[in-house]
Amino acid sequence: MTQPVFWALVGMALVVLALYALIVHAHLLRKVLALNVMSSGVFLVFIGLARRTPGEDVPMAADPVPQAMVLTGIVVAVAATGLALALIVRLRVLTGRTTLGDDTGD
Amino acid sequence: MMLRPRTDRQAGPASSARADKGLPPAARALLVLALLAVFAGLVLAVLSLSEPAPGLAAAVDERIDESGVSHPVTAVLLNFRGYDTLLELVVLVLAVMGAWSVGRARGCAGNVPGPLLRQLPRLMAPLMVLVAGYLLWVGAHAPGGAFQAGSLLGGVGILLCLSGYPLPGWANGPALRVSAVLGVAVFAALGVVAALLPGGAPLDWPPAQAKTLILTIELAAMLSIGVVLAALFAGGRP
Repeated sequence: MTQPVFWALVGMALVVLALYALIVHAHLLRKVLALNVMSSGVFLVFIGLARRTPGEDVPMAADPVPQAMVLTGIVVAVAATGLALALIVRLRVLTGRTTLGDDTGD
Repeated sequence: MMLRPRTDRQAGPASSARADKGLPPAARALLVLALLAVFAGLVLAVLSLSEPAPGLAAAVDERIDESGVSHPVTAVLLNFRGYDTLLELVVLVLAVMGAWSVGRARGCAGNVPGPLLRQLPRLMAPLMVLVAGYLLWVGAHAPGGAFQAGSLLGGVGILLCLSGYPLPGWANGPALRVSAVLGVAVFAALGVVAALLPGGAPLDWPPAQAKTLILTIELAAMLSIGVVLAALFAGGRP
């Protein structure tokens, strides 16, 4: 197994673990954390596989396009997290809950 | 899902406890199996990737001289794939608009820092602004650029907020809104100007002026990213 493939597999393991946490935990803060771990896993897959393709003329240089996409993705993930946290705070203020719930009891 | 103000706010913890009881063990086991199957599929997908791998490293390297910068990631971000970066700045503005539309910020004035946090910003904030400027400049030929510099500026904002540092009144006024959209505005305006040049296309920088244009955009983008990150940390409209 080459190093890029190893890091891609680690990233995918993170994605799957985070998917489990996203489904199992009801608290919205945990869901947001799970989404963050999941996006980190996706970034790791991108960065890992970028090293898979050194160009002919640039030995050992990673493909810059996935790196640029990850850089963009990190900022978007942070912005989405900030918005999600603001929504959770608002939900807590309005309903007193920090879970989505099934609404049957309300 | 309906959002109704509760008359009894104290009912919150009880309802969370009800929702937290989670999945039954059988469903959990089924979920683990399903996720293992997903992981196996992903592993197979990676292991069956074609060799030699296709990639854009050579294509970027071939035309890097026309991009105005010598670092390939910066060239991709601000020249070859400019739309990604432009729309990413739009996402930032949308996120801050969303956060502002759901409520007011708690405000940073109420934060009472300890002795360390009271002194830290005086030392760190100027240093962080300096490093942000350095990262912006160095991005043209080495790892760095508007994102890293903007994150540092956002960090300055968070540090000032946590330490309850009194900000001048204008910092929460129109200046905040203008600097939040500055990156998108400058990027889009220059992109349109590039399209109006003879033989130009949107966001297609002429090689001779590319370096100046990219630095101008990065400067505006850095300010916007920093302001938006700090505003998202504050959590609502000022």
